[in-house]
Amino acid sequence: MGGVFHAAILFLVAAGLQVVFGVQKIFNLACGSFYALGAYAGVSAVGYFTGHGGSPALFIVPLALGGLAVGLVGIVVERGLLRFVYDRDETFQLLLTFALVLMLEDLIRMTWGTAPVSTGGLYLSYGQARLLGATVPVYNLIVITASLSIALAIGWLLTRTAFGRIIRASADNREMAEALGVDMRWMYVRVFTLGTMLGTLGGALVIPATAAMSEMGIELIVEAFAVVVIGGLGSIRGAFVGALVVGIFRSVAIAVYPELEMLLIYLIVIVVLLWRPRGLFGAVAA
Amino acid sequence: MRTAVTLAVVGGAMVALPWLVPAYYITLMLPFMAYGVVLLGLNLLFGYTGLVSFGHALFIGIGAYTGAVLTTRLGMRQMELILLAAALAAALVAAPVGALCVRYVKIYFGMLTLAFGMVFYTFLLKFYKLTGGDEGMRMLRPYLLGQSWEGFSKTAYLIGPYYYFSLGVLVLATLLMWRIVRSPFGLCLRTIRDNPLKAESLGVSVPRFRWYAFMISAIYAAVGGALLATPTGNVDPTLAYWTHSGNIVFMVLLGGFASFFGPLLGAFVFIFLQDTVMSVFPYWRLVFGAVLAVLVIFAPGGLMGLFARRLPAEVSRG
Repeated sequence: MGGVFHAAILFLVAAGLQVVFGVQKIFNLACGSFYALGAYAGVSAVGYFTGHGGSPALFIVPLALGGLAVGLVGIVVERGLLRFVYDRDETFQLLLTFALVLMLEDLIRMTWGTAPVSTGGLYLSYGQARLLGATVPVYNLIVITASLSIALAIGWLLTRTAFGRIIRASADNREMAEALGVDMRWMYVRVFTLGTMLGTLGGALVIPATAAMSEMGIELIVEAFAVVVIGGLGSIRGAFVGALVVGIFRSVAIAVYPELEMLLIYLIVIVVLLWRPRGLFGAVAA
Repeated sequence: MRTAVTLAVVGGAMVALPWLVPAYYITLMLPFMAYGVVLLGLNLLFGYTGLVSFGHALFIGIGAYTGAVLTTRLGMRQMELILLAAALAAALVAAPVGALCVRYVKIYFGMLTLAFGMVFYTFLLKFYKLTGGDEGMRMLRPYLLGQSWEGFSKTAYLIGPYYYFSLGVLVLATLLMWRIVRSPFGLCLRTIRDNPLKAESLGVSVPRFRWYAFMISAIYAAVGGALLATPTGNVDPTLAYWTHSGNIVFMVLLGGFASFFGPLLGAFVFIFLQDTVMSVFPYWRLVFGAVLAVLVIFAPGGLMGLFARRLPAEVSRG
């Protein structure tokens, strides 16, 4: 079950990565940094809430809101940096997001310090449940449900709404979409902010179960990267399956042979890249 | 001609440097020279072949750990042999890894190299008995030219014999790379970068040449990694972490990937700027991230591109 909780969080971050890659063709190394930013913002929001007499039982509300709010930084990043490099070689796009990784890591250290911060004992405030013979914190179940709902919501957004149809059209053929009257600049701002918010929300939701550290972003990016490679770049369904694969293999490996934990994930990544570079659900000739 | 004069001046200055500046700056020159070797190799892949590796720290790690294992575990202290062993180890790893990676280009090449780099990082971190885990291993002072230099204090050793040894390795590596990029082989690599289809139809085996370039750059990275380990005195898994790979690509871009000497300039500026920034402001990543963003957006040609606009043409002529 720990694996599924981890997969639920990974899915959110990876989905953010996928949405951005699908439309803007930028592989955002900074998605892990957004995740870390969300985690810290979540801790601060909960701290403020309980500090002003909010009921601990409702802590998930400021947690999620804090995570979503800090996701608005995506607008600044897109307008301030990324919009200059859309027609550049992808090497430079990658390096620009790496620059963002460096900056965000230190901005987090400047704002919240270097010591890990956490929400304290709120993790178990919803109690525990027995499920399939194992004891699971109810909080984990809430997050898994939330992540599933978000997955369904994204699926609905992409396939059933006008906005989703425009997103898919822009991902397929930017020039044609633009010629048909889609305002690409506004489109990119919205898509990138959506991607950022998924990452920051993922970071906020993970935090009651662990502690926020400034390195958490650069560590998560390699896992999120594994998820999207396994699932296929640009595919939301791929992110979903990839997150499950990574989450579950990781928890199995930890239980059976801890030394193999991440090694196993990277080996799967390498096998997938070699055997099927577009991933399990990637578009043909992406 | 201007290049030759500049090189003579820079070379002369580097030989005379230990008499001119305080020891502290000499100890900063050591990582610069080690990274210089790494970047010469990395740029063969990045600037000349058009492949961006996000896992090259893997080979720095191999070189550094080769040095640490040989000096602490096997009692082998001859630096010349350590460099040779590092090159061999890198070639052994790079042969299969490179053969797999060069089947892809662009973002897939970057991702595959990143994945291999992280495999090695996790191996270093988790197999505690072999590698010392996250604490790493000590790198004992190596013998240079068969001498142990026992009488020297640590600083005297580093700013004296080790400085000149590193300088010698850097000069040799530079001369060798200069030959490589000006050879028909180097020309083939540039053709592959600019137009792989045309290269293929002219009879150049594109994957094989990419593979050669990958091997050479891996060997350079390992030699640089072994050089880097001595002044640090300790090697740990972060050497192989993906952000380290990102940083060395950053250095190449900072100096200018379109020029032969750009990467060396990049390493020099990176090391000294990092030292200066850290002495006044603890958050060097913030400053460097901003510098990188500005470079990518406004000056993708790097420093060389800024103050020598004619250079790219000269490089492409070979």
